[in-house]
Amino acid sequence: MDRVPILKIGDMLLVSIQIDLQDQSVLALQEDLAEKISTTGASGVVIDISAVEIVDSFIGRMFATIASLSKLFDAETVVVGMRPAVAITLVELGLTLGDVRTALDLDRGIAVLQSLTARRRGESVGQDDESVRVTG
Amino acid sequence: MVAESGQPHRLAEVLDAERDRLIGRWTELAGSALRGRLTTVELERDLRDLYGALLPVVTLDAELNQAESADLKAQLADLSRSRARQGFSPTETASSVFALKQAVSELTAKDDSPETFREVLAFSALLDTLGLWTFETYAAAREELIKEQSEQLLELTTPVVKLWEGVLAVPLVGTLDSARTQVVMEKLLEALVETGSEHAIIDITGVLAVDTQVAQHLLKTVVAARLMGAECIISGIRPQIAQTIVALGIEFGDITTKATLADALRHTLQREGVVVSRGARDRTR
Repeated sequence: MDRVPILKIGDMLLVSIQIDLQDQSVLALQEDLAEKISTTGASGVVIDISAVEIVDSFIGRMFATIASLSKLFDAETVVVGMRPAVAITLVELGLTLGDVRTALDLDRGIAVLQSLTARRRGESVGQDDESVRVTG
Repeated sequence: MVAESGQPHRLAEVLDAERDRLIGRWTELAGSALRGRLTTVELERDLRDLYGALLPVVTLDAELNQAESADLKAQLADLSRSRARQGFSPTETASSVFALKQAVSELTAKDDSPETFREVLAFSALLDTLGLWTFETYAAAREELIKEQSEQLLELTTPVVKLWEGVLAVPLVGTLDSARTQVVMEKLLEALVETGSEHAIIDITGVLAVDTQVAQHLLKTVVAARLMGAECIISGIRPQIAQTIVALGIEFGDITTKATLADALRHTLQREGVVVSRGARDRTR
């Protein structure tokens, strides 16, 4: 059985799923992730599913499970890079991801996590500095 | 030529012997109905081909399911299709076929033996079937054309346009059905990934009616976009449609809806942190 690697970057964990997920590997991932968050004390988890082409209801539920799991360790979860076909499938299956945040790509996902953790620390982040001026 | 009963088929013999005279008369009769829109040479070539395919099936029954008639059917289908393309009505095509009846009856008018009569009757039944077959082919060709066009329409009527850096819009026009919404959904989601846009506006100003099914489709699209990490706004809800939506008890939940596309764009720009301000007007111009 293939195991999904969990990488630590700064104070967040990156889970990049590059294999065809089977129920066994999903369960193993959940266990590994819980272990990892508790040992590293990470404040955020990014799940990159840009390589995932096929989902079923079990995998759909995985995201919500991981989110509530990391919530217990006070970590936020962001799912990034979902393909259109996967999104349509999940909607057709009637699955919602609970309070999981989503982002278009890894870059934006990390930005979302950073602004979330910054907000939690009570800091203000200068994210909205790119103002465009239109004369009319 | 010999019929299945072993008796010589007299009509078939006549048709074979008088081939040129019959084709000439047939062309004349068919040509008068077409009122000169097809040259006599062209028409005669078409009819001669048809005649050649028709001869071997004369001795058979009027039912056209035998292997021998496959060639004839194919030729008729070709004829019908090309006539349809040239703008002839199906009646005109069919009456070209029926014209042979008159040509044959003129030829056999003097022969009043019951045998010939029966054969001519069977022959005209055969021609009736062939005429109907041209109708069928005509309708099938039309159906094909309509299907092709509606597919093209589906592609054409769902453009995804970029309004701003990171803001896409889909102006929907016409009626929404499942097939169309599916196309819209797929195209929009693909475009979100391709352009890396975080905002999408679905403008339904041009949508004639919204019922529960259409609303359901719209909701699905919005939820799918949200799953991918993009925000989707619905704009251009007209007063009548708003009333219908409320009357039907459709819940849009926490999905942002705006009255006009401009409002929706303003909302997304605000979310993006873009400030649009009116500059000092250049009065020297």
